[in-house]
Amino acid sequence: MSDVTLDASAANPEAAPRTAPVRSTGAMAWLRANLFSSWLNTALTLALAWLVVRFAIGFVDWAFINAIWSVPMQGTVPQTQICRDLEGAGACWAVIGEKHRFILFGTYPYEEHWRPLLVCGLFIGLYIFSAMRRFWTWVLVPVWAVTLTVIGILMWGGILGLSYVPQERWGGLPITLILSTFGLAFAFPLAILVALGRRSKLPAIKTLCVVYVELVRGVPLISLLFMASVMFPLFLPEGMNIDKLLRAQIAITLFAGAYLAEVVRAGLQTLPRGQYEAADALGLSYWQKTGFIILPQALRLVIPPLVNTFIGFFKDTSLVLIIGIFDLLTAGKTAIVEPAWQGFGIEVYVFVGAIYLVFCFAMSKYSQDLERDLNQHRRR
Amino acid sequence: MSTSTADPRQNSAGPPRRPIRLSWSDERLRGIVWQLLVVGVVLAIAWWLWSNTVHNLEVRRIATGFGFLDREAGLPIGEALIPYEPTDTYFRALLVGVLNTLKVAVVGVVLATILGTLVGIARLSHNWLLSKIAGFYVELIRDLPLLLQLLFWYTILQSLPGPRQALNPVDGVFLSNRGLLLPFIEWMPAHNWALLALVAGFIGTLMTARALRARQYADGQPRKIWPAAVTLMAGLPLLVWAALGAPFTPDVPALRGFNFQGGLIMTPEYFALLLGLVTYTAGFIAEIVRAGILAVNQGQWEAAQALGLRRGDILKRIVLPQALRVIVPPMTSQYLNLTKNSSLAVAVGYQDIVSIANTTLNQTGQAIEGIAIIMLVYLTISLSISLFMNWYNARIALVER
Repeated sequence: MSDVTLDASAANPEAAPRTAPVRSTGAMAWLRANLFSSWLNTALTLALAWLVVRFAIGFVDWAFINAIWSVPMQGTVPQTQICRDLEGAGACWAVIGEKHRFILFGTYPYEEHWRPLLVCGLFIGLYIFSAMRRFWTWVLVPVWAVTLTVIGILMWGGILGLSYVPQERWGGLPITLILSTFGLAFAFPLAILVALGRRSKLPAIKTLCVVYVELVRGVPLISLLFMASVMFPLFLPEGMNIDKLLRAQIAITLFAGAYLAEVVRAGLQTLPRGQYEAADALGLSYWQKTGFIILPQALRLVIPPLVNTFIGFFKDTSLVLIIGIFDLLTAGKTAIVEPAWQGFGIEVYVFVGAIYLVFCFAMSKYSQDLERDLNQHRRR
Repeated sequence: MSTSTADPRQNSAGPPRRPIRLSWSDERLRGIVWQLLVVGVVLAIAWWLWSNTVHNLEVRRIATGFGFLDREAGLPIGEALIPYEPTDTYFRALLVGVLNTLKVAVVGVVLATILGTLVGIARLSHNWLLSKIAGFYVELIRDLPLLLQLLFWYTILQSLPGPRQALNPVDGVFLSNRGLLLPFIEWMPAHNWALLALVAGFIGTLMTARALRARQYADGQPRKIWPAAVTLMAGLPLLVWAALGAPFTPDVPALRGFNFQGGLIMTPEYFALLLGLVTYTAGFIAEIVRAGILAVNQGQWEAAQALGLRRGDILKRIVLPQALRVIVPPMTSQYLNLTKNSSLAVAVGYQDIVSIANTTLNQTGQAIEGIAIIMLVYLTISLSISLFMNWYNARIALVER
């Protein structure tokens, strides 16, 4: 008659009292649910925990406990024998202590190192400024122009009492930042034009854009860099010579342009047709429609994939190592050519890797946060 | 089918054609002018570059053309899939390079797919520790340049002990600075035939599966595929192998003097490249797989459970077909990336097509031809992968009404 089942203990006072139900909140419950929910899970957790602990102990031993932080010098030759005696049981961070200026700034004159350091600071400041959403206006254009000019003055010098430093002596982190920043700064407008061209109704323009994008995306970046280093000199009239860094910069820009164009095109395609039709109905011209209605919305839609592409290019600039341009990775690789430091590649690569990691991780976290913010209206 | 009832607005022909007016406000005239302008500029630049190149080639006395392909290469190649001597022609050297590229790309794609799928699923695991480790791996691998990872792995492999102190984890397996050595069998023609029989068996299995499915659609009775699969894919190759005398001579690597003899060798260069490419690409594939599985609505699982399907069947018949639709297009670009990234082989000294073409162009001075060959090879490979994956994608795509 009644749907309510009577509590057994209430109905029968003789019955043994029941144990309290299993807690479903608190630390123990969390452990039970997420780590020890079944026999298989418990075994997996224990095995993984053992591996993690072993690996962590091994790493701490190598990187800190057994590590050597500096080596004695005999004249100008560092005595690295004590590092070699470790036979890989500990890291030889002395190589970083000795070579970090070289890895970061290459062969830039030693007493002028404050200039590339300031340049790196300016780049980072520029990135942070551009990442703030309240500055996503036209103010970005003059800020970028001014900062990039200041960077050029600082690197080259020759005016304002700064001594002139030829481009051959630049190296390390500033080169990586220059290649990626200038590459993207020029590739982005190119990409927008190509993406618009690929969506255009004019057959000749469309064909040109498709050929460019598909050709560049079909070949590896290395082949474009080789092209820049061995074929560009053939393309130019006699006597005209572009230096190697600029040639690599052109290759990277063309490469980035094709990939960014595809990202931008995705944004243009996702935008509802009504936006195009409404702009047409208002009687706007093609460029008014594109500049005021389409691009501001389409670009906003693709900011997260754009940032991911930026991360990719930041990493890909390291490929200039293959044509011998002195970026961060090349400087790291060159630092261990000296006989005294040969064989300490792992330490140098960990150091260089940590620098790349900081930049890429910051960008990827930013992209994730941005994606969450921008998609707020879609979530329920 | 009468056209008279169709809505005239649906007519795709657009507004009726009218003659072009010679006025800037005519859209079509503007279009033609713009196109002429752009094409003209592009052609002018191309012509300028072309005439400079021709002039420079004359000044430097470089003869263009692919005649050098028949000349003796004289460049040593460490590992080759086809017999190769330094006295062979450049053409053969380049062919060896293409095969080396394919060797690392094909093995890399297969291994990266397996590792990436495992990591992607691990990241969705209910086990907190497992999903955190997978997440850490993905984040770390994706935030470091591939070239740095390749150099890192290569340095580690080079700092391994020499052949005499080689690591010997399992009997017959040696890991030293000469590479990884695995036991193998002495390869005979019979093995080739057995391999061919396996391929034939695989095709036969696919055809049987099709026929069985057609019969299931006809009468609704599910039929088992595994007896046919085992017979065709295990039985047939074994039969061929036995019929040809069942040759089996184990070839175990052993230390002779200062180096190893016998066995299957994986050089440090190949090993470092493969390791770097697989771990790097797997990080990206893991994210794609995770996104693909998450994209399938939870309701699909619940609905399938409500129908009484078992978990394996739900995954196979309901979830995976839907997840694949999301997974395949980005996966294609990862496969393309892996193939293109294999060109970084030149940094660790593995002789792929880029490395060999680069040596060729340094030896002969044929820069344009060398780079054209590299680009042509990669464009061909990229196009083939794209075509295959597009075909596969079209096959599994949602058929909408």
